[in-house]
Amino acid sequence: MKKLGLIVNPIAGMGGRVGLKGTNGADVIKKALWLGAIPVSPGKAAEALRVIKRSGLDFELITYPAEMGTDEAREAGLKVRTIGNIIPGNTTAEDTKRAAREMLAENVDLILVAGGDGTIADVIEAIDTRVPILGVPTGVKMHSAVFANTPEAAGDVAVRFLREELPLHAAEVMDIDEEAYRQDRLSAKLKGFAEVPYEPTMVQATKEGSTGYELADQKAIARWVFELMEKGRAYILGPGTTTRAVAEELGIYDSTLLGVDIVRDYKMITRDVNEEQILWAIEGKPATIIVSPIGRQGFVLGRGNQQISPKVVEKVGKENILVIATPQKLSSTSTLKVDTGDAKLDEVFRGYIKVITGYRQSRMVKII
Amino acid sequence: MRYQQARWADDERLEPLVFELSKAKRTGYTLPPKAPSEVNIPKKLIRRELELPELSEPEVVRHYTRLSQMNYGVDSGFYPLGSCTMKYSPKICEELAALETASCIHPYQDEDTVQGALELMYKSERYLAEIAGVARVCLHPSAGAHGEFLGMLLTRAYHKSRGKERNEVIVPDSAHGTNFASAAMAGFDVVVVPSNSSGRVDLEALRRVVSKRTAALMLTNPNTLGLFEDEILKIAEAVHKVGGLLYYDGANLNGILGKTRPGDMGFDIVHFNLHKTFSTPHGGGGPGAGPIGVTRKLEKFLPVPTVEHDKKRKRYYLDYRRPQSVGKIKSFYGNFGVLVKAYAYILLMGTSGLQEVTEAAVLNANYVMRKLQGVDGFEIKFDASGPCKHEVVFSAESMNKNYGVKAHFVAKRLLDYGMHAPTYYFPPIVPEALMIEPTETETKEELDRFIAVMKEIADEAKSHPEKLLAAPTATAIGRLDEAKASREPILSWKMYRKLAK
Repeated sequence: MKKLGLIVNPIAGMGGRVGLKGTNGADVIKKALWLGAIPVSPGKAAEALRVIKRSGLDFELITYPAEMGTDEAREAGLKVRTIGNIIPGNTTAEDTKRAAREMLAENVDLILVAGGDGTIADVIEAIDTRVPILGVPTGVKMHSAVFANTPEAAGDVAVRFLREELPLHAAEVMDIDEEAYRQDRLSAKLKGFAEVPYEPTMVQATKEGSTGYELADQKAIARWVFELMEKGRAYILGPGTTTRAVAEELGIYDSTLLGVDIVRDYKMITRDVNEEQILWAIEGKPATIIVSPIGRQGFVLGRGNQQISPKVVEKVGKENILVIATPQKLSSTSTLKVDTGDAKLDEVFRGYIKVITGYRQSRMVKII
Repeated sequence: MRYQQARWADDERLEPLVFELSKAKRTGYTLPPKAPSEVNIPKKLIRRELELPELSEPEVVRHYTRLSQMNYGVDSGFYPLGSCTMKYSPKICEELAALETASCIHPYQDEDTVQGALELMYKSERYLAEIAGVARVCLHPSAGAHGEFLGMLLTRAYHKSRGKERNEVIVPDSAHGTNFASAAMAGFDVVVVPSNSSGRVDLEALRRVVSKRTAALMLTNPNTLGLFEDEILKIAEAVHKVGGLLYYDGANLNGILGKTRPGDMGFDIVHFNLHKTFSTPHGGGGPGAGPIGVTRKLEKFLPVPTVEHDKKRKRYYLDYRRPQSVGKIKSFYGNFGVLVKAYAYILLMGTSGLQEVTEAAVLNANYVMRKLQGVDGFEIKFDASGPCKHEVVFSAESMNKNYGVKAHFVAKRLLDYGMHAPTYYFPPIVPEALMIEPTETETKEELDRFIAVMKEIADEAKSHPEKLLAAPTATAIGRLDEAKASREPILSWKMYRKLAK
């Protein structure tokens, strides 16, 4: 029998309606409650669970006590096995992480996580990609590509995944600095990647796209980049699934998702390099940087790929930077950004650049 | 406003297929008693059974009449399918194309026996060249996309003849999807330039992208938002400056007939959709015609054969002696029946008539635009100041946001009022797009009816969204599984039977 884990972050989403742009941190929760926020996450989680209940699927539901899953499951009329301990009414990020680790130990097939970006980031921090997850959208910030479009869709996707009807794919987990966000500065961080059931019409990663499937577009981009590659030239591959597709097209299957790798002549030279290693590897040799913008925020340089520093960029030369992105990704961010840490260099990038969007296809996109 | 489409059905089963109506021995046809014995047909090619449906004549007539009543076309009512120019097609053009001298000639007939057909093609070419402001036209392409592809082949031949390998074709993000495909098919890399906030080509982005690699820019003018590219001369200059060519997509030619000419705007290659602009007619997958016009410098690359006129001998002939030609792109010389209709249409309208076509088409579109502007639920995303050209694109984004009613549902609901849906979800740069092209052949009364219906639908989106979500209910067939229809099409009796097994 399949095992489904469930983690509900009961306080997720409370900051939204009261304009707090998130609910990370104990002080913010207090402030939200004081402003009259009411819990929204449990109700939405129960909606997802009701869809699962209606499907008639035979499975075991494993969850945490009280409002972290057990209450919601009972509300939806589902039988449940409760593990772990919490102090009801006072749950924290630590509870989420512990719950994720214990569900990993229980060998669950999928963890349904009801919350926002912060909750997902906590889960990924605890268990990395060792268990597939699916987000039930109940938070304020939901920039990660792991959320279903609606709680009902989450239930539906979970059922289809447990019935082995859906494959998995790697999706970006984002979190933004809430403190900065409250002050109207957007500072996005790529927190990691999650393995997520792939259902482009119901999971939000490709919600805006209508031109086809993102995986197919990534392959098309990879093929074109492969054909553009020159012998003897070093290619600095930035983080992300789009650049990973390029590595796979080269027959390299151990590239890092979050790190920067260097390949030359279709072979991996060094994995997961830092700035110094890059500079050493390209010394006196032709090199090209291949990067993909971070979904939704559109940062090409300076977010999640700080290893590709101003020094590296200057050495390689602006004309030797290949930016690659699927049309879906570009549709979520009409302009791109750079934040290398060197204002002068950032200035050089402003204006239009050519972004490779498919096989022999590119698009002029503005860097602001 | 009430509408109910005919729905011929037995219980819940719609009008059966003609094969299912078949009853043995009710034969309504007669075959020659025996195959001509002098024809030497190999035995294994001769079929014993033809498996034709066996029905009496009245049964056949009723069957097809019923099917036609469950269909909808320009002859039934309003058809504002944006970018498709679904205008009414004059019946006299059909009659002329059906004449034996037009429909019963063979492409292998001796030139001397088809002088009239050759003359018609020769003159059609000249008329189209005059309308577009180009030196020469090729009538061969049998569809719009076929013409586009020829345009790209000519582009390649041109650059090659100058010893230059140019590999990039620039396409605006508002362009028809076929532009990207045609360029890619001809071996070019495609670079997309974004539109600016007024819905026109972003000149800054264009100037940034043109280079020695630029083979051509493919542009539709008026563009798919129904807006005239008013910086066209600067656009042309930017492309020509680096040695690139300007390709004109003729989808929206109906917006400028007799007012301005692509050739005068600086276009080097001009594409026509005779089935759109010259009403030959349009739809159902053809036959169409997508002629290509070129300026003097590209003439020598046109496909063979061309139709020429020997003035001395007063004789038309086909000319194959063109060493720099891209070769043949069609087995013969174009979809002749379609060419006859376009030729008749041009003669019927004359110069002033064609000008009037555009005036009325543009006026009609602007009338709809002004009357629907400000209706809650429909907005214009780019340049709402107007005037627009032959079509207008509304966005149902706020309707979707506020009431959960997408453009898709508006389109389906229109069917319940006896009107064809506009083009929706195109161009892709407009969210929840509804692309409306009334064409010149609609009366003010018909436009008023459409406007009233659109307003009613906007009200329904607020008060009875369920009506829109369930639409269409007044048609012979309700909501289709469109994904299944395009993924698993059943196009013949043979396929149907195979699946039934």
